[in-house]
Amino acid sequence: MIAQFLVMAVGAILVENFVLVKFLGICPFLGVSKKTDTAIGMGMAVIFVMTLASAITFLVDHWILIPLGAEYLRTIAFILVIAALVQFVEMVVAKLVPALYSALGIYLPLITTNCAVLGVALINAERVFEEGTSFGMMFGLSVWYSFCAAVGFTLAIVLFAGVRERLELSNIPKPLQGFPIALITAGLISIAFLGFQGLSF
Amino acid sequence: MIEQILYPALAVGAIGLFLGGLLAVASIVFRVETDERVEQIAEILPGANCGGCGYAGCSAFAKAIVEDGAPINRCNLMTAETAEKIAGIMGVEAGVITKKVARVACRGTAECAGDQYVSYGLNDCVAAAALGGGPKACAYGCMGLGSCVSVCQFGAISVVDGVAAVDEDACTGCGACASVCPKNVIAMVDADSRVFVGCSSRDKGAVVKTYCEVGCIGCKICEKKCEFGAISVVDNVAVIDPEKCTNCGVCASACLKKIIVTDVCPVEGESA
Repeated sequence: MIAQFLVMAVGAILVENFVLVKFLGICPFLGVSKKTDTAIGMGMAVIFVMTLASAITFLVDHWILIPLGAEYLRTIAFILVIAALVQFVEMVVAKLVPALYSALGIYLPLITTNCAVLGVALINAERVFEEGTSFGMMFGLSVWYSFCAAVGFTLAIVLFAGVRERLELSNIPKPLQGFPIALITAGLISIAFLGFQGLSF
Repeated sequence: MIEQILYPALAVGAIGLFLGGLLAVASIVFRVETDERVEQIAEILPGANCGGCGYAGCSAFAKAIVEDGAPINRCNLMTAETAEKIAGIMGVEAGVITKKVARVACRGTAECAGDQYVSYGLNDCVAAAALGGGPKACAYGCMGLGSCVSVCQFGAISVVDGVAAVDEDACTGCGACASVCPKNVIAMVDADSRVFVGCSSRDKGAVVKTYCEVGCIGCKICEKKCEFGAISVVDNVAVIDPEKCTNCGVCASACLKKIIVTDVCPVEGESA
């Protein structure tokens, strides 16, 4: 069982990295990656929201949508749940843990309806489990996968922010300065991560 | 047939209704009490977020004024008028607002002051200063690579003939250039002071002469001419005491090297 979790972790963080291989969550990846500090903040917020959102959407899926045979409503139902959840958590955190709020607060609304967050919920919903997997196990695996995917996102954005900080100081041809070179760099990092496809268990 | 559409639609509708209600309740239960004065003051403040006050930005400064009683005149960009408004909100005296400007204590342009090597590296003072103190032969002078230009949010500083020059009308006195300068050659001074020593070199006079035509040689003529004891030579460079200086300009006309200048433009009507 531990092996199953470990394989899932390596898969989610490296082999199927959300940003660099699945191309989900590109918007914050490019938008909030100018400084390593903010990239770390964004990564933490994504870990927090994705883990929480996948847990709630898993329950909504299994307790409400599947019994009603309404799997086709997943997208709209998940968006609804995730958006409300993030708003709710933001309010609770602002009231009860002001320190955490000042660290993550500004990033939370940014990822409310981010495609990485919705994507992880939908990927979880479509995962086919082995025959006889208990409900708890299914729930655990889904949440674990989401957590690892978010860690993968954080890894990617922090790496990228480090590269971009150094690009700031480099002598770059004028047509490529700013965003173009960032996109090229992102592509190169993505190719590097595709190398992990060779890992097999 | 109708159930297949009705029940899911009702279920999703119910989820939405439930979540909406939850948020409505949460917004009341978890309301964070904020002092409305913070927002009022943040609106009045210049909003440049220059950090000259020592806080993270204008809203952080506004919070500090309200919660920690930070002195209002910490903001360099503020006019007397806005200071009074804020003082009105807080119910305290505004204090004296003195406009500060940045002045570059170096006149060593490319023709007057020599280089010790030619730099092909990054066009950045901080990076250049890390290599043997920078290309300029004078260890205290402006290298003119423009780190100050890039941090100025107001377009008030530019490099002219290899030395930074401040447009004092545009300068707000935030001090960003002074803190980034690796040579500490930019001084923040009162805008209404008119006499300024245009050199920072602490080398002895004979050494200064070898690399710069316009460096302070520490001859102390200014010190002797000044009737008010406002100027003195400390560490081989003339220093003006702004408390005693009357802007008479005697030191400037006496200066052998003409590095004490009075042609810095006085700012009109800004000092309260």
